[in-house]
Amino acid sequence: MTDNVLVEVENLRKAFGGLIAVYDVSMQVKVHSMHAIIGPNGAGKTTLFNLISGVMPPTNGKVFFKGQDITNVSPQKRAHLGIGRSYQITNIFPNLTVLENVRLAAQALGKDNFKFFQPVEKFTQYIEKAEEVITIVGLAGREWVLARNLSHGEKRKLELGIMIACDPELLLFDEPTAGMSSEQVPELIEIIHQVVRRYDRTAILVEHRMDMVMSISDVITVMNQGRILAEGSPHEIANNDQVQAAYLGDLYGELA
Amino acid sequence: MADIALKTKINQKSWFKSERGFLIFIAVMLAFPFVLNLITGTGLNEGITKFWQGQFIIFFIMAVFAMSYDLLIGYGGILSFGHAASFGGGAYTFALLMKHWAPNFIKNTPIVIGNTDITMIVVLLIVLLAVFLVSILIGLMFAVTSIRLKGTYFAMLTLALSTALYIIIKSTDLHQWTGADEGLHGVPLPVWLNPTQNRLTVYLISLAFLVLSYFLMKRFVSSPTGHIVIANRENEDRMRMIGYNPVTFRTIVFVFASIFAGLAGALYSIWNMSATPTMMSVVTTVNALIMVIIGGMGTLIGPIFGAAISQVIQQFFYTWFGARWPLVFGLLFIFIVMFVPYGIVGTYRMHAFNLRRLRERLYKPFSRKDESPEEEKTSG
Repeated sequence: MTDNVLVEVENLRKAFGGLIAVYDVSMQVKVHSMHAIIGPNGAGKTTLFNLISGVMPPTNGKVFFKGQDITNVSPQKRAHLGIGRSYQITNIFPNLTVLENVRLAAQALGKDNFKFFQPVEKFTQYIEKAEEVITIVGLAGREWVLARNLSHGEKRKLELGIMIACDPELLLFDEPTAGMSSEQVPELIEIIHQVVRRYDRTAILVEHRMDMVMSISDVITVMNQGRILAEGSPHEIANNDQVQAAYLGDLYGELA
Repeated sequence: MADIALKTKINQKSWFKSERGFLIFIAVMLAFPFVLNLITGTGLNEGITKFWQGQFIIFFIMAVFAMSYDLLIGYGGILSFGHAASFGGGAYTFALLMKHWAPNFIKNTPIVIGNTDITMIVVLLIVLLAVFLVSILIGLMFAVTSIRLKGTYFAMLTLALSTALYIIIKSTDLHQWTGADEGLHGVPLPVWLNPTQNRLTVYLISLAFLVLSYFLMKRFVSSPTGHIVIANRENEDRMRMIGYNPVTFRTIVFVFASIFAGLAGALYSIWNMSATPTMMSVVTTVNALIMVIIGGMGTLIGPIFGAAISQVIQQFFYTWFGARWPLVFGLLFIFIVMFVPYGIVGTYRMHAFNLRRLRERLYKPFSRKDESPEEEKTSG
C-alpha cells in the first residue's frame, strides 16, 4: 500500500439475503483527491458508502483507512478517526436549531462531552466553529431557525454543515444535490469545492448530475449492479464505451 | 418538546431574571407555613398548618420524582416504564438500612466529637450514600437493557424489570426483612427528623431537596452533555455518525435520573416512616407520567406544576367525588392529552411568542400617539 492512499477497499461484498448489492469491489482513494462514484440506480453506491462509513458491516472483504484495518470499527470511532459522511436522505436534528445542529457536530470530537454542570455557552470554541461552518455552507442569518423549518435546499446545506463541522479528513458526500433544483446546484458545488480544495481534504462523492461530476472530480469510478465497471479521469470515463452502454445503451435497448 | 430547541439560544438574560419565577416560588414556599400559622393562629406543628405542610412535602418529593422522569422521557426520549424501580429502590434501601442495620450500629459504635454525639448524622450519611449507590445500580441495570432494544420493546422490558423488582419486594419469603405485602413500617428516625414531631424540618429539607434538584437538573440539561442527550432523542443514527456513542449518553441520563428518583424515594420513606411495595409498582411510574404530561414534557418547571396539580386534584377530588375520583381524574386527563398535548408549560412556551406579539399589538395604539421612530424600533 502506498502512502498517498487514504482509503482502500478490498474485495468488499455486501449481500442482503440473495441480493448482492456490492459485489467484490476493490478500489483506492488517493489523498487530496475528489473521487466520484457514479452509476445507475441500484448500482450499490450508497451501500458502498454505508460500508466505508461503518453503518453496516460487510459480508466479506476489508476496509482500510490510512493503512489501518477499520472493517470492524464502529461508526462513532470512524468519526473520531476522521471519516465524515452526509446522507442522501436528509438526516438532521429536526427539533434543534441550525446552530445547535452544527455545534453538536463541532463538539463531538472535542474533550468536553462529559462536562455535566457547566453551561454550553461557556465553550465558545464550538460555537465559533459552528458559526464559521454555517457561513461556509451559506446559512448565515438562519442560525436560530429550527432545522425542521428550513427549506429543502437549506436542509441539504445543513446536512453538509454537520459533516464539515466534524472536520473529517475524508468526506463522504452521498448525493449532496438530491432533490435540489438546477439553480441551487452551482452554489452547492461551490461549497463542496471550497471545503475540499481549500482545507486539503479528500472526498468521495456519489452523484447523479453528470455535468457536476465531470467538472469537479479528479477520478471517477463507475458502478453497475454492484460491480466496478470502469475507473479513470473524467475524460476517460466520458469516452468509455462500456459506461455509455450502461448509461445509454441498456436503457434504449430495453425500450426498443 | 419543541421549546427545548429554542432555549439553546445563548442566554443573555441574567440568572436572576431568567429564574425569577422559580425564585418567587421558593420565597412563597418558605413563607407559607409561617403565614398560614399567623392566619390560623394554631401552632406550626398542629392543625391545618401541619396538614398543609404534609401535602406540600408530598408535592415537593413527587415534583423531584416527576422531574427526574422527565429527564428520561422528555429530554432523553427514553420511554421507560420502570422509573418507579429507582424510587422504590431508594425508599427500600433507606428503610431497610434504618430498620435493620442502624439500631445495632448506633448501639455498638457511638461516634462522639467533643461533647456532641454525631452517630445519627454519620448513620444518615452512610444510608444516603447506600441509597445513592443502589440508585446508580438500578439506573445501570435499565441502561444495559437499552443497548439493544428500542421503542416499544424497550418500554415493555423496563415494565417487566420493574415489575420483577416489585414482585421480589412483595414476596413472602423476604417477610422478615421487607415485610412483604405490608411493607416496612415504623422506620426509626431521630426526633428532629420525625415528620409527626418535627414536620417543619422535613418540610424545609424537602423544599431544599426540590430546589437543589431543580438547579442541578437545569444545569445538566444546559451542559454539553445535556445537549448531547437531547440530540440523542432527535436522531440517534446521526449522532453515531458524527462520533457520539448513544449508549454512553443514554447510560448517563439513566443513572442521573435514577439518582434523583432514588433520593426522592428515600425522602418519601422519611415522610411516611415506611416503605411500601406500591412505591415500586407501575402505579408510581404512571403517576409521575401523568404529572409530566400535565405539566409539559421536556420542561423542568412543567413536572413541578404537574405534581402540584395532581396533588391538589387528589386532595379535593376525594372530598368532592368520593371513591370515584379517579374516574373524574381520568376524564380530565383524557381532555388534557387531547386538547393540551404539550402540557401547561409546553403550551405556554409555544405560545409565549404569540402572546408577546399580541401584547405589543394591544399596547401599540397607545405608543403610536408619539409617532417617534425609536418607539417603533423597541417595540418591533
